[in-house]
Amino acid sequence: MMGGRRRILALLAVGGLLVVLPPFLSAYPLTLLTQGLIFAVFAMSLDLLLGYTGLASLGHAAYFGVAAYVVALMTTLHQAGFWTCLVLALLAAIVLSATFGLVAIRAVGVYFLMITLALAMVVWGLAFRWVSLTQGDTGISGVPRPTLGPWSFAHQTAFYYLTLVTFLVAFGLLLLIVRSPFGMSLRGIRESEGRMRCLGYNVWLHKYLAFILAATFAGLAGFLWAYYNGFVSPVEVQLITSVETLLMVALGGPGTLVGPALGAGIIVFLKNFVSVYTKRWLLILGGVYIGVILFAPQGLIGALRERQSQDRKSSRYPAGIKGDTA
Amino acid sequence: MEFWVTQSFNGVSYGALLFLLASGLTLIFGVMRIVNLAHGSYFLVGGYMGLTTVWRTGNFPLALFTGSLAVALIGIGMERLFLRRLKNQVLAQVLMTMGFALIFQDLSLLIWGGDPYTIPVPPLLRGSFRLSLVVFPVYRLFIILAATAVGIALWLFLEKTRAGATIRAAVDDGEMAQGVGINVPVVSMGVFALGAFLAALGGVVGGGFIGVYPGVDFEVLPYAFVVVIVGGLGSLPGAIVGSLLVGLLDNFGKALFPELSYFTLFAPMAVILALRPTGLFGKV
Amino acid sequence: MTAVPALSLTDLSKTFGGLKAVKGVALCVAPGERRALIGPNGAGKTTLFNLISGELVPSEGRISLFGRDVTSLPSHRRAALGLARTFQITNLFSSLTVLENLLMAVQALERTKLMLLRPVSSYPHLFARARAILESVGLAGKEGDVVKNLSHGEQRQMEIAMALAGRPRLLLLDEPTAGLSLAESRLMTALLQKLDSGITLLIIEHDMDVAFALTDRVTALHNGSVIADGHRDEVKSNPLVREIYLGSA
Repeated sequence: MMGGRRRILALLAVGGLLVVLPPFLSAYPLTLLTQGLIFAVFAMSLDLLLGYTGLASLGHAAYFGVAAYVVALMTTLHQAGFWTCLVLALLAAIVLSATFGLVAIRAVGVYFLMITLALAMVVWGLAFRWVSLTQGDTGISGVPRPTLGPWSFAHQTAFYYLTLVTFLVAFGLLLLIVRSPFGMSLRGIRESEGRMRCLGYNVWLHKYLAFILAATFAGLAGFLWAYYNGFVSPVEVQLITSVETLLMVALGGPGTLVGPALGAGIIVFLKNFVSVYTKRWLLILGGVYIGVILFAPQGLIGALRERQSQDRKSSRYPAGIKGDTA
Repeated sequence: MEFWVTQSFNGVSYGALLFLLASGLTLIFGVMRIVNLAHGSYFLVGGYMGLTTVWRTGNFPLALFTGSLAVALIGIGMERLFLRRLKNQVLAQVLMTMGFALIFQDLSLLIWGGDPYTIPVPPLLRGSFRLSLVVFPVYRLFIILAATAVGIALWLFLEKTRAGATIRAAVDDGEMAQGVGINVPVVSMGVFALGAFLAALGGVVGGGFIGVYPGVDFEVLPYAFVVVIVGGLGSLPGAIVGSLLVGLLDNFGKALFPELSYFTLFAPMAVILALRPTGLFGKV
Repeated sequence: MTAVPALSLTDLSKTFGGLKAVKGVALCVAPGERRALIGPNGAGKTTLFNLISGELVPSEGRISLFGRDVTSLPSHRRAALGLARTFQITNLFSSLTVLENLLMAVQALERTKLMLLRPVSSYPHLFARARAILESVGLAGKEGDVVKNLSHGEQRQMEIAMALAGRPRLLLLDEPTAGLSLAESRLMTALLQKLDSGITLLIIEHDMDVAFALTDRVTALHNGSVIADGHRDEVKSNPLVREIYLGSA
């Protein structure tokens, strides 16, 4: 918000690169960039819940996965089109989160973490075991690239631009949300739920809505992922995926939107790139997890912003979440 | 009839294995409120160490000890050097312990390779026995007996010794405990070591049955968390009831509704949590 | 007095495990009245406030706000009925700025708080009101400061400002001068004296000078029960009160 001029320029520069560069990239870097953008949407959706509202969920992958499965099933079984899949995928995420939210939102801190874990395990379990529907461990393959009217997005570059547009739309919407009165109330909830209640806010309702919104954007990411990967399996919904998304948010900087997007890019790059050069990439990833907590508790963007401005010394370590005591 | 008896027995034996894993976790949770995603790794590493011990010495009881002791030391190291500074920061704990979990997983892969193994158990524990019309594997009985022994030992420790009383006090009210002079940091370290020890013990015991392989850490972890949360943080009776519940639900679920088995397990959990967020036996 | 009381507590009790923190308290505050709530530490004053504002659920008894039974209403609904409070231990949004804190308070009872797609800056009336309140409590120059960096005295002023944002009809002040120096206390007292006379005030105070400067009726609590209730001179000369307050004014 403040210190805006430089920030806007930086964003425009990055945006410009994202638009202009791709036709010059070869296939592999292009797919990585696409993947990075998809996970950026996923990470930003979690930031809304974690960074802005202060709710750490261990089950966010459930909404990502459910949307991906819907796309996979609808395209392979019913040859459904782009818009049909989009509507159904988002609807699935909304319905699931609305249901799960009723159970989860009453809990705080560790309990919220555990309930969201249990709920995500329900989805994972169904994906893994309901073989007649989801093909279980084998997964659903053969998801075709989408077509919009006369345009086919089968080609990597075309699909990249589809992803980029979706990412920009998501980013724009999320930016509006976090700057809106509703978004401001979420930050108040993160800082002090008790105070918010006394002031007159229906805290449960705000958290519930934030939960559903976050899930919807996660679903959008899952929707893209199904098309991108061509293949959907229980991996999309597993615990590790949820935790990795938490890492993306923490690495980039909770509560900054841009940070988690950056974090997503870094992790995607790391996972794909590093594994080419060494078999010990899990070790390195583990090191990143630990390193972030030890050296960059506010995340990269968070640390950058702190250094830039003198007045706004917002030190969270990392984002104080519900249930954390000072 | 046989079906029900067999499934119940299997459910109880799986629950017994989970108890080993979850009992330590519930104490850690109860005293320190630490979320430790590496708890499954303790199970994994303990199992692998036990495996190596049996390979080298052929001594199964020794394996039970060395595996658990080694992991207890690792646990102490983690707590003292890394986790202690993250008091009350749930997200940081989740991420840091996840980091450790990945490191443990990769190091295990490096040292023991990717093949699944089963720990060779002494002849005494192999084979099966008959009870009227039903046949049970001896090893499953061993798991139940081992878990019962551990459960009783834990109960005696917590209820009848001063150290145990100290731990119970710290679970009930950490601040108050500190106020009456209980050295909470030392208690924390001890409890963490105990929890890791028990998890590793579970790993060795489980190693003779479900085996030791890459990925078992993240397979058992959600079960352990669910047991602890449903049973109630810091509650030993809760861990017992929770483990039995999970073991039975899991087994019957898989046997009766194979396609929905995880659902039949985790959905009731979610419901219990929704109605009683602090768990069946939990305080706060 | 036939007017509907601003606050009416009937036989209010709160038990924690074995401890009865509040025992059968009956209280009636008329609209526009200024009432002090005094009592030694542990008398149950803050517990009483927490019951009135809805943070705690009573074990027994009823609470009425302006004639409406609010015993089973959650905190945020009571706020909508005109209740506001300050906290003894400062409870602000510490990593946000002064202005952001006030904006949060100002929009609390407005419909705009659920608006999703327009930025806060497009609602100038919120900013105008926030700034007006800051002006009235003397914090106008500090709107860009992060609350964490304010002095203790300024944070106590913020507590008042936050409570005033919703145009309350009944204001609960929990030790407004807690931790303030003598000079700061005087400023706070002056600030509170300037409050709109239409607002009903219930003040917990340990500083008798402040309590008696702001109010004319006093209720004394001891061990969770009301031991005296009336005009301040009556209560001051009440033997039981004097005994408990040995040494104070």
